[in-house]
Amino acid sequence: MKSKLMHLLQASCLLLLTFVSNLAAAEVIHVAAASNFTAPMKQIVKEFEQISGHKVRLAFGASGKFFAQIQHGAPFQVLLSADQAKPLALEQAGYTVPKSRFTYAIGTLALWSVKPNFKVEDASVLSQGAYNKLALANPKLAPYGLAAVEVLEKLSLKEATRSKWVQGENIAQTYQFTGTGNADLGFVSLSQIIVNGQIKQGSAWIIPDHFHRPIRQDAVLLKRGENSEAAQALLRFIKSEQAKKIIMAYGYHPPALERKAEIKS
Amino acid sequence: MIFTEADMGAIYLTLRLATTVTLLLLLIGTPIAWWLARTKSWWKGPVGAIVALPLVLPPTVLGFYLLLAMGPNGVIGQFTQSLGLGTLPFTFWGLVIGSIFYSMPFVVQPIQNAIEAIGERPLEAAATLRAGPWDTFFTVVLPLAKPGFITAAILGFAHTVGEFGVVLMIGGNIPGETRVVSVQIYDHVEALEYAQAHALAAGMVVFSFIVLLGLYGFQRKQASLGMKYGG
Repeated sequence: MKSKLMHLLQASCLLLLTFVSNLAAAEVIHVAAASNFTAPMKQIVKEFEQISGHKVRLAFGASGKFFAQIQHGAPFQVLLSADQAKPLALEQAGYTVPKSRFTYAIGTLALWSVKPNFKVEDASVLSQGAYNKLALANPKLAPYGLAAVEVLEKLSLKEATRSKWVQGENIAQTYQFTGTGNADLGFVSLSQIIVNGQIKQGSAWIIPDHFHRPIRQDAVLLKRGENSEAAQALLRFIKSEQAKKIIMAYGYHPPALERKAEIKS
Repeated sequence: MIFTEADMGAIYLTLRLATTVTLLLLLIGTPIAWWLARTKSWWKGPVGAIVALPLVLPPTVLGFYLLLAMGPNGVIGQFTQSLGLGTLPFTFWGLVIGSIFYSMPFVVQPIQNAIEAIGERPLEAAATLRAGPWDTFFTVVLPLAKPGFITAAILGFAHTVGEFGVVLMIGGNIPGETRVVSVQIYDHVEALEYAQAHALAAGMVVFSFIVLLGLYGFQRKQASLGMKYGG
Protein backbone atom coordinates (compact mmCIF):
# COMPACT_ATOMS: atom_id res chain seq x y z
CA MET A 1 0.00 0.00 0.00
CA LYS A 2 2.69 2.38 1.07
CA SER A 3 4.89 1.61 -1.90
CA LYS A 4 1.97 2.20 -4.25
CA LEU A 5 1.51 5.63 -2.80
CA MET A 6 5.21 6.33 -3.17
CA HIS A 7 5.06 5.30 -6.81
CA LEU A 8 2.16 7.59 -7.45
CA LEU A 9 3.92 10.46 -5.75
CA GLN A 10 7.09 9.80 -7.71
CA ALA A 11 5.22 9.67 -10.98
CA SER A 12 3.35 12.88 -10.38
CA CYS A 13 6.55 14.64 -9.34
CA LEU A 14 8.14 13.53 -12.56
CA LEU A 15 5.15 14.72 -14.54
CA LEU A 16 5.22 18.08 -12.83
CA LEU A 17 8.92 18.39 -13.46
CA THR A 18 8.65 17.76 -17.18
CA PHE A 19 5.72 20.16 -17.35
CA VAL A 20 7.67 22.93 -15.63
CA SER A 21 10.77 22.42 -17.72
CA ASN A 22 8.66 22.53 -20.87
CA LEU A 23 7.17 25.79 -19.68
CA ALA A 24 10.59 27.28 -19.22
CA ALA A 25 11.68 26.34 -22.74
CA ALA A 26 8.50 27.13 -24.66
CA GLU A 27 7.28 30.66 -24.27
CA VAL A 28 4.09 32.29 -25.40
CA ILE A 29 4.69 35.70 -26.95
CA HIS A 30 2.35 38.38 -28.21
CA VAL A 31 3.11 40.01 -31.53
CA ALA A 32 1.38 43.00 -33.12
CA ALA A 33 1.56 43.02 -36.92
CA ALA A 34 0.34 45.39 -39.60
CA SER A 35 -2.76 44.12 -41.38
CA ASN A 36 -1.08 44.12 -44.80
CA PHE A 37 1.36 41.51 -43.47
CA THR A 38 -1.36 39.13 -42.27
CA ALA A 39 -0.96 36.34 -44.82
CA PRO A 40 2.85 36.01 -44.83
CA MET A 41 3.04 36.49 -41.05
CA LYS A 42 0.68 33.59 -40.41
CA GLN A 43 2.89 31.33 -42.47
CA ILE A 44 6.09 32.66 -40.91
CA VAL A 45 4.71 32.04 -37.44
CA LYS A 46 3.55 28.56 -38.37
CA GLU A 47 7.05 27.59 -39.46
CA PHE A 48 8.64 29.39 -36.53
CA GLU A 49 6.45 27.53 -34.05
CA GLN A 50 7.34 24.22 -35.63
CA ILE A 51 11.06 24.91 -35.40
CA SER A 52 11.22 26.59 -32.01
CA GLY A 53 8.36 25.11 -30.01
CA HIS A 54 7.37 28.61 -28.90
CA LYS A 55 3.84 29.85 -29.26
CA VAL A 56 3.07 33.16 -30.97
CA ARG A 57 -0.19 35.00 -30.40
CA LEU A 58 -0.75 37.33 -33.34
CA ALA A 59 -2.76 40.53 -33.38
CA PHE A 60 -3.32 42.23 -36.72
CA GLY A 61 -4.43 45.81 -37.13
CA ALA A 62 -3.57 49.39 -37.91
CA SER A 63 -0.09 50.42 -36.82
CA GLY A 64 -1.36 53.67 -35.30
CA LYS A 65 -3.64 51.75 -32.98
CA PHE A 66 -0.82 49.47 -31.90
CA PHE A 67 1.34 52.53 -31.32
CA ALA A 68 -1.20 53.98 -28.90
CA GLN A 69 -1.79 50.62 -27.22
CA ILE A 70 1.92 49.92 -26.71
CA GLN A 71 2.36 53.33 -25.08
CA HIS A 72 -0.41 52.38 -22.69
CA GLY A 73 0.83 49.01 -21.62
CA ALA A 74 -0.34 46.58 -24.31
CA PRO A 75 1.26 43.17 -23.71
CA PHE A 76 3.15 42.96 -27.04
CA GLN A 77 6.77 41.87 -27.19
CA VAL A 78 7.25 42.52 -30.91
CA LEU A 79 5.79 45.04 -33.34
CA LEU A 80 5.80 44.60 -37.11
CA SER A 81 4.70 48.00 -38.30
CA ALA A 82 3.42 48.99 -41.73
CA ASP A 83 5.83 51.92 -41.74
CA GLN A 84 9.04 53.22 -40.27
CA ALA A 85 7.62 56.19 -38.40
CA LYS A 86 5.86 54.32 -35.60
CA PRO A 87 8.72 52.00 -34.58
CA LEU A 88 11.02 55.04 -34.69
CA ALA A 89 8.67 57.09 -32.51
CA LEU A 90 8.39 54.21 -30.05
CA GLU A 91 12.16 53.93 -29.99
CA GLN A 92 12.54 57.64 -29.26
CA ALA A 93 9.97 57.39 -26.48
CA GLY A 94 11.89 54.54 -24.90
CA TYR A 95 9.40 51.73 -25.47
CA THR A 96 11.75 49.55 -27.48
CA VAL A 97 15.01 47.70 -27.03
CA PRO A 98 17.69 49.98 -28.52
CA LYS A 99 19.14 48.93 -31.88
CA SER A 100 16.52 46.25 -32.43
CA ARG A 101 14.74 48.12 -35.23
CA PHE A 102 15.11 46.80 -38.79
CA THR A 103 13.27 46.75 -42.11
CA TYR A 104 11.65 43.35 -42.58
CA ALA A 105 9.81 43.95 -45.85
CA ILE A 106 9.21 46.51 -48.55
CA GLY A 107 5.62 46.62 -49.64
CA THR A 108 4.25 46.43 -53.16
CA LEU A 109 1.16 48.34 -54.11
CA ALA A 110 -1.40 47.06 -56.62
CA LEU A 111 -4.40 48.62 -58.33
CA TRP A 112 -7.01 45.89 -58.21
CA SER A 113 -10.54 45.11 -59.36
CA VAL A 114 -12.71 42.02 -58.94
CA LYS A 115 -15.16 43.13 -61.59
CA PRO A 116 -15.04 40.93 -64.70
CA ASN A 117 -15.65 43.98 -66.94
CA PHE A 118 -12.51 45.66 -65.61
CA LYS A 119 -9.20 44.56 -67.09
CA VAL A 120 -6.73 46.37 -64.91
CA GLU A 121 -3.31 46.31 -66.59
CA ASP A 122 -1.95 49.82 -66.26
CA ALA A 123 -2.93 53.35 -65.30
CA SER A 124 -5.29 53.78 -68.26
CA VAL A 125 -8.26 52.48 -66.27
CA LEU A 126 -7.72 55.37 -63.86
CA SER A 127 -7.38 58.07 -66.48
CA GLN A 128 -10.43 56.86 -68.41
CA GLY A 129 -12.49 57.40 -65.27
CA ALA A 130 -15.22 54.83 -66.04
CA TYR A 131 -15.47 53.47 -62.49
CA ASN A 132 -17.76 54.21 -59.55
CA LYS A 133 -15.34 54.41 -56.62
CA LEU A 134 -11.61 54.19 -56.02
CA ALA A 135 -10.76 52.64 -52.66
CA LEU A 136 -7.53 53.51 -50.92
CA ALA A 137 -6.24 53.35 -47.37
CA ASN A 138 -6.45 56.62 -45.47
CA PRO A 139 -3.19 58.37 -46.51
CA LYS A 140 -3.04 60.13 -43.15
CA LEU A 141 -2.90 56.80 -41.32
CA ALA A 142 -1.62 54.08 -43.61
CA PRO A 143 1.60 53.99 -45.62
CA TYR A 144 -0.16 52.12 -48.42
CA GLY A 145 -2.64 54.97 -48.61
CA LEU A 146 0.17 57.50 -48.76
CA ALA A 147 1.84 55.51 -51.54
CA ALA A 148 -1.46 55.38 -53.44
CA VAL A 149 -1.75 59.15 -53.29
CA GLU A 150 1.84 59.47 -54.52
CA VAL A 151 0.97 57.26 -57.48
CA LEU A 152 -2.03 59.45 -58.30
CA GLU A 153 0.15 62.56 -58.01
CA LYS A 154 2.72 61.04 -60.33
CA LEU A 155 -0.05 60.32 -62.84
CA SER A 156 -1.43 63.87 -62.36
CA LEU A 157 -4.77 62.27 -61.45
CA LYS A 158 -5.01 63.19 -57.78
CA GLU A 159 -7.50 66.04 -58.13
CA ALA A 160 -9.42 64.38 -60.96
CA THR A 161 -10.03 61.21 -58.95
CA ARG A 162 -10.52 62.73 -55.50
CA SER A 163 -14.31 62.85 -55.70
CA LYS A 164 -14.33 59.07 -56.19
CA TRP A 165 -12.10 58.19 -53.26
CA VAL A 166 -13.37 55.97 -50.47
CA GLN A 167 -10.93 55.50 -47.65
CA GLY A 168 -10.40 52.43 -45.54
CA GLU A 169 -8.96 52.95 -42.10
CA ASN A 170 -6.31 50.41 -42.97
CA ILE A 171 -5.37 48.28 -45.94
CA ALA A 172 -7.55 45.35 -44.77
CA GLN A 173 -10.65 47.49 -44.99
CA THR A 174 -9.58 48.86 -48.36
CA TYR A 175 -9.34 45.27 -49.56
CA GLN A 176 -12.83 44.63 -48.17
CA PHE A 177 -14.32 47.62 -50.04
CA THR A 178 -12.78 46.42 -53.30
CA GLY A 179 -13.16 42.67 -52.74
CA THR A 180 -16.91 42.95 -52.08
CA GLY A 181 -17.24 44.86 -55.37
CA ASN A 182 -18.53 47.99 -53.65
CA ALA A 183 -15.63 49.93 -55.14
CA ASP A 184 -14.75 49.11 -58.76
CA LEU A 185 -11.08 49.85 -58.15
CA GLY A 186 -8.83 49.83 -55.13
CA PHE A 187 -5.20 50.36 -54.19
CA VAL A 188 -4.36 47.32 -52.08
CA SER A 189 -1.25 45.55 -50.94
CA LEU A 190 -0.07 42.95 -53.44
CA SER A 191 0.27 40.54 -50.51
CA GLN A 192 -3.50 40.55 -50.07
CA ILE A 193 -4.36 39.40 -53.57
CA ILE A 194 -1.54 37.04 -54.41
CA VAL A 195 -1.51 33.27 -53.90
CA ASN A 196 1.48 31.26 -55.10
CA GLY A 197 2.61 34.14 -57.28
CA GLN A 198 -0.79 34.48 -58.99
CA ILE A 199 -3.49 37.15 -58.61
CA LYS A 200 -6.21 35.05 -57.00
CA GLN A 201 -9.25 36.99 -58.24
CA GLY A 202 -9.98 39.75 -60.74
CA SER A 203 -7.18 41.70 -62.36
CA ALA A 204 -4.46 43.98 -61.06
CA TRP A 205 -1.80 46.44 -62.10
CA ILE A 206 1.28 45.86 -59.95
CA ILE A 207 2.55 49.38 -59.48
CA PRO A 208 6.21 49.76 -60.48
CA ASP A 209 8.48 50.93 -57.67
CA HIS A 210 9.32 54.31 -59.21
CA PHE A 211 5.72 55.54 -58.87
CA HIS A 212 6.04 56.04 -55.13
CA ARG A 213 8.57 56.14 -52.33
CA PRO A 214 9.33 52.64 -51.06
CA ILE A 215 6.94 51.34 -48.40
CA ARG A 216 9.52 50.27 -45.84
CA GLN A 217 8.02 48.27 -43.03
CA ASP A 218 10.02 48.14 -39.81
CA ALA A 219 9.96 45.65 -36.98
CA VAL A 220 11.11 46.33 -33.47
CA LEU A 221 11.65 44.44 -30.22
CA LEU A 222 9.57 46.11 -27.53
CA LYS A 223 10.68 46.63 -23.94
CA ARG A 224 8.37 43.84 -22.81
CA GLY A 225 10.28 41.45 -25.03
CA GLU A 226 13.70 42.45 -23.77
CA ASN A 227 14.21 39.29 -21.74
CA SER A 228 12.17 37.00 -23.95
CA GLU A 229 14.21 34.38 -25.76
CA ALA A 230 11.21 33.60 -27.98
CA ALA A 231 10.73 37.20 -29.10
CA GLN A 232 14.37 37.51 -30.05
CA ALA A 233 14.28 34.15 -31.81
CA LEU A 234 11.25 35.26 -33.82
CA LEU A 235 13.01 38.42 -34.98
CA ARG A 236 16.05 36.38 -35.95
CA PHE A 237 13.78 34.01 -37.85
CA ILE A 238 12.14 36.89 -39.74
CA LYS A 239 15.61 37.88 -40.98
CA SER A 240 16.40 34.31 -42.10
CA GLU A 241 16.40 33.06 -45.68
CA GLN A 242 13.48 30.77 -44.88
CA ALA A 243 11.29 33.70 -43.84
CA LYS A 244 12.49 35.89 -46.70
CA LYS A 245 11.27 33.28 -49.13
CA ILE A 246 7.78 33.52 -47.63
CA ILE A 247 7.91 37.31 -47.60
CA MET A 248 8.87 37.38 -51.29
CA ALA A 249 6.22 34.85 -52.24
CA TYR A 250 3.64 37.38 -51.07
CA GLY A 251 4.97 40.08 -53.35
CA TYR A 252 7.18 41.97 -50.92
CA HIS A 253 10.79 42.85 -51.54
CA PRO A 254 13.13 41.88 -48.75
CA PRO A 255 15.39 44.83 -47.88
CA ALA A 256 18.61 43.30 -49.28
CA LEU A 257 17.14 42.75 -52.74
CA GLU A 258 15.79 46.25 -52.81
CA ARG A 259 19.26 47.67 -52.34
CA LYS A 260 20.46 45.63 -55.32
CA ALA A 261 17.58 46.95 -57.39
CA GLU A 262 18.57 50.48 -56.53
CA ILE A 263 22.12 49.89 -57.71
CA LYS A 264 20.88 48.44 -60.98
CA SER A 265 18.61 51.36 -61.84
CA MET B 1 -11.57 77.68 -31.80
CA ILE B 2 -10.36 74.23 -30.84
CA PHE B 3 -12.21 72.50 -33.67
CA THR B 4 -10.79 72.43 -37.19
CA GLU B 5 -12.95 72.96 -40.24
CA ALA B 6 -12.95 69.20 -40.81
CA ASP B 7 -14.12 68.65 -37.23
CA MET B 8 -16.97 71.11 -37.69
CA GLY B 9 -17.95 69.36 -40.93
CA ALA B 10 -18.03 66.05 -39.08
CA ILE B 11 -20.15 67.51 -36.27
CA TYR B 12 -22.63 69.00 -38.72
CA LEU B 13 -22.83 65.74 -40.67
CA THR B 14 -23.38 63.73 -37.49
CA LEU B 15 -26.26 65.97 -36.39
CA ARG B 16 -27.80 65.78 -39.86
CA LEU B 17 -27.51 61.98 -39.86
CA ALA B 18 -28.94 61.61 -36.35
CA THR B 19 -31.85 63.93 -37.09
CA THR B 20 -32.72 62.15 -40.35
CA VAL B 21 -32.48 58.72 -38.73
CA THR B 22 -34.55 59.72 -35.69
CA LEU B 23 -37.37 61.12 -37.81
CA LEU B 24 -37.42 58.08 -40.09
CA LEU B 25 -37.24 55.70 -37.15
CA LEU B 26 -40.23 57.34 -35.46
CA LEU B 27 -42.15 56.82 -38.70
CA ILE B 28 -41.01 53.23 -39.24
CA GLY B 29 -40.69 52.21 -35.60
CA THR B 30 -44.12 53.31 -34.44
CA PRO B 31 -46.15 50.81 -36.52
CA ILE B 32 -43.69 48.05 -35.58
CA ALA B 33 -43.94 48.98 -31.89
CA TRP B 34 -47.73 49.18 -32.17
CA TRP B 35 -47.92 45.77 -33.76
CA LEU B 36 -45.51 44.24 -31.22
CA ALA B 37 -47.48 45.75 -28.34
CA ARG B 38 -50.88 44.59 -29.57
CA THR B 39 -50.38 41.36 -31.47
CA LYS B 40 -51.06 37.90 -30.17
CA SER B 41 -49.50 36.35 -33.23
CA TRP B 42 -46.81 33.69 -33.02
CA TRP B 43 -44.59 36.09 -34.97
CA LYS B 44 -44.27 38.48 -32.03
CA GLY B 45 -41.28 36.56 -30.65
CA PRO B 46 -39.23 36.33 -33.85
CA VAL B 47 -39.97 39.93 -34.94
CA GLY B 48 -39.17 41.25 -31.47
CA ALA B 49 -35.92 39.31 -31.49
CA ILE B 50 -34.92 40.68 -34.91
CA VAL B 51 -35.62 44.23 -33.77
CA ALA B 52 -33.49 43.66 -30.66
CA LEU B 53 -30.59 41.98 -32.50
CA PRO B 54 -28.46 45.15 -32.81
CA LEU B 55 -28.44 45.37 -29.00
CA VAL B 56 -26.31 42.25 -28.80
CA LEU B 57 -24.58 42.00 -32.19
CA PRO B 58 -21.21 43.68 -32.56
CA PRO B 59 -21.58 46.63 -34.96
CA THR B 60 -18.91 45.06 -37.16
CA VAL B 61 -21.22 42.10 -37.82
CA LEU B 62 -24.04 44.39 -38.82
CA GLY B 63 -21.67 46.58 -40.84
CA PHE B 64 -20.13 43.62 -42.62
CA TYR B 65 -23.49 42.17 -43.66
CA LEU B 66 -24.74 45.59 -44.69
CA LEU B 67 -21.64 46.04 -46.85
CA LEU B 68 -22.35 42.70 -48.53
CA ALA B 69 -26.12 43.21 -48.79
CA MET B 70 -25.87 46.75 -50.13
CA GLY B 71 -23.02 45.84 -52.49
CA PRO B 72 -23.50 45.24 -56.22
CA ASN B 73 -24.20 41.53 -55.69
CA GLY B 74 -26.25 41.89 -52.52
CA VAL B 75 -30.02 41.82 -52.14
CA ILE B 76 -30.36 45.49 -51.27
CA GLY B 77 -27.71 46.44 -53.84
CA GLN B 78 -29.53 44.60 -56.64
CA PHE B 79 -32.73 46.37 -55.64
CA THR B 80 -31.24 49.88 -55.52
CA GLN B 81 -29.45 49.28 -58.82
CA SER B 82 -32.68 48.18 -60.48
CA LEU B 83 -34.18 51.49 -59.33
CA GLY B 84 -31.26 53.27 -60.99
CA LEU B 85 -29.95 54.53 -57.64
CA GLY B 86 -26.60 52.75 -57.79
CA THR B 87 -25.29 51.15 -54.62
CA LEU B 88 -25.57 52.56 -51.11
CA PRO B 89 -22.22 52.04 -49.39
CA PHE B 90 -20.09 55.18 -49.13
CA THR B 91 -23.14 57.45 -49.33
CA PHE B 92 -25.05 59.48 -46.74
CA TRP B 93 -28.21 57.47 -47.42
CA GLY B 94 -26.29 54.25 -46.99
CA LEU B 95 -25.40 55.45 -43.50
CA VAL B 96 -29.03 56.37 -42.90
CA ILE B 97 -30.17 52.84 -43.78
CA GLY B 98 -27.42 51.29 -41.67
CA SER B 99 -28.26 53.52 -38.71
CA ILE B 100 -31.95 52.71 -38.97
CA PHE B 101 -31.15 49.03 -38.41
CA TYR B 102 -28.60 49.86 -35.75
CA SER B 103 -30.76 52.21 -33.67
CA MET B 104 -34.10 50.45 -34.25
CA PRO B 105 -34.41 48.77 -30.81
CA PHE B 106 -33.72 52.05 -29.03
CA VAL B 107 -36.76 53.57 -30.70
CA VAL B 108 -39.12 50.60 -30.95
CA GLN B 109 -38.79 49.29 -27.40
CA PRO B 110 -39.70 52.47 -25.46
CA ILE B 111 -42.71 53.05 -27.74
CA GLN B 112 -43.75 49.41 -27.43
CA ASN B 113 -43.50 49.56 -23.62
CA ALA B 114 -45.51 52.77 -23.54
CA ILE B 115 -48.28 51.34 -25.74
CA GLU B 116 -48.39 48.14 -23.69
CA ALA B 117 -48.72 50.23 -20.53
CA ILE B 118 -51.86 51.92 -21.89
CA GLY B 119 -53.66 48.59 -21.85
CA GLU B 120 -56.94 47.64 -23.49
CA ARG B 121 -59.41 49.81 -21.64
CA PRO B 122 -58.74 53.24 -23.14
CA LEU B 123 -58.76 51.65 -26.62
CA GLU B 124 -62.02 49.84 -25.95
CA ALA B 125 -63.50 53.04 -24.62
CA ALA B 126 -62.42 54.83 -27.77
CA ALA B 127 -63.96 52.06 -29.89
CA THR B 128 -67.31 52.29 -28.09
CA LEU B 129 -67.26 56.00 -28.85
CA ARG B 130 -66.88 54.97 -32.52
CA ALA B 131 -63.37 56.30 -32.95
CA GLY B 132 -61.63 54.84 -36.00
CA PRO B 133 -58.13 53.34 -35.67
CA TRP B 134 -56.38 56.52 -36.87
CA ASP B 135 -58.52 58.68 -34.64
CA THR B 136 -57.77 56.38 -31.69
CA PHE B 137 -54.08 56.54 -32.42
CA PHE B 138 -53.86 60.32 -32.57
CA THR B 139 -56.32 61.21 -29.80
CA VAL B 140 -55.74 58.36 -27.34
CA VAL B 141 -52.50 56.44 -27.95
CA LEU B 142 -50.22 59.31 -28.90
CA PRO B 143 -51.03 61.54 -25.90
CA LEU B 144 -50.91 58.64 -23.42
CA ALA B 145 -47.70 57.19 -24.85
CA LYS B 146 -46.02 60.56 -25.35
CA PRO B 147 -43.27 59.94 -22.75
CA GLY B 148 -42.38 56.72 -24.55
CA PHE B 149 -42.10 58.57 -27.86
CA ILE B 150 -39.91 61.25 -26.32
CA THR B 151 -37.65 58.64 -24.73
CA ALA B 152 -37.50 56.82 -28.06
CA ALA B 153 -36.53 59.96 -29.97
CA ILE B 154 -33.80 60.92 -27.49
CA LEU B 155 -32.31 57.42 -27.37
CA GLY B 156 -32.50 56.98 -31.15
CA PHE B 157 -30.78 60.32 -31.72
CA ALA B 158 -28.08 59.79 -29.11
CA HIS B 159 -27.38 56.23 -30.20
CA THR B 160 -26.95 57.32 -33.83
CA VAL B 161 -24.56 60.09 -32.75
CA GLY B 162 -22.53 57.44 -30.94
CA GLU B 163 -22.46 55.03 -33.85
CA PHE B 164 -19.04 53.93 -35.04
CA GLY B 165 -18.56 50.34 -36.13
CA VAL B 166 -21.28 50.31 -38.77
CA VAL B 167 -20.19 53.66 -40.20
CA LEU B 168 -16.60 52.50 -40.37
CA MET B 169 -17.61 49.38 -42.28
CA ILE B 170 -19.86 51.01 -44.88
CA GLY B 171 -18.79 54.66 -44.81
CA GLY B 172 -15.49 54.98 -46.64
CA ASN B 173 -14.56 58.10 -44.66
CA ILE B 174 -15.73 60.70 -47.19
CA PRO B 175 -15.72 64.28 -45.85
CA GLY B 176 -19.21 65.79 -45.72
CA GLU B 177 -20.80 62.50 -46.75
CA THR B 178 -19.81 59.72 -44.36
CA ARG B 179 -17.08 61.07 -42.07
CA VAL B 180 -19.01 61.46 -38.81
CA VAL B 181 -17.61 62.60 -35.46
CA SER B 182 -16.79 59.14 -34.13
CA VAL B 183 -14.78 58.35 -37.28
CA GLN B 184 -13.08 61.74 -37.11
CA ILE B 185 -12.04 61.01 -33.50
CA TYR B 186 -10.74 57.63 -34.56
CA ASP B 187 -8.72 59.27 -37.36
CA HIS B 188 -7.23 61.79 -34.95
CA VAL B 189 -6.24 59.03 -32.54
CA GLU B 190 -4.75 56.89 -35.29
CA ALA B 191 -2.82 59.85 -36.67
CA LEU B 192 -1.51 60.53 -33.15
CA GLU B 193 -3.27 63.93 -33.10
CA TYR B 194 -4.25 63.42 -29.49
CA ALA B 195 -5.05 67.08 -28.72
CA GLN B 196 -7.67 67.25 -31.47
CA ALA B 197 -8.97 63.82 -30.52
CA HIS B 198 -9.40 65.02 -26.94
CA ALA B 199 -11.38 68.09 -27.98
CA LEU B 200 -13.90 66.05 -29.97
CA ALA B 201 -13.95 63.11 -27.57
CA ALA B 202 -14.56 65.36 -24.57
CA GLY B 203 -17.34 67.03 -26.53
CA MET B 204 -18.93 63.60 -27.08
CA VAL B 205 -18.72 62.74 -23.39
CA VAL B 206 -20.32 66.03 -22.37
CA PHE B 207 -23.02 65.70 -25.03
CA SER B 208 -23.88 62.13 -24.05
CA PHE B 209 -23.92 62.96 -20.36
CA ILE B 210 -26.25 65.92 -20.84
CA VAL B 211 -28.59 63.87 -23.04
CA LEU B 212 -28.80 61.03 -20.52
CA LEU B 213 -29.13 63.44 -17.59
CA GLY B 214 -31.99 65.14 -19.38
CA LEU B 215 -33.58 61.79 -20.18
CA TYR B 216 -33.43 60.48 -16.63
CA GLY B 217 -34.65 63.80 -15.27
CA PHE B 218 -37.58 63.58 -17.68
CA GLN B 219 -38.34 59.98 -16.73
CA ARG B 220 -38.26 60.80 -13.02
CA LYS B 221 -40.72 63.58 -13.58
CA GLN B 222 -43.00 61.18 -15.44
CA ALA B 223 -42.61 58.60 -12.69
CA SER B 224 -43.58 61.13 -10.04
CA LEU B 225 -46.67 61.80 -12.13
CA GLY B 226 -47.48 58.15 -11.77
CA MET B 227 -46.38 56.96 -15.18
CA LYS B 228 -43.12 55.34 -16.17
CA TYR B 229 -42.51 54.26 -19.70
CA GLY B 230 -39.57 53.31 -21.77
CA GLY B 231 -36.02 52.62 -20.78
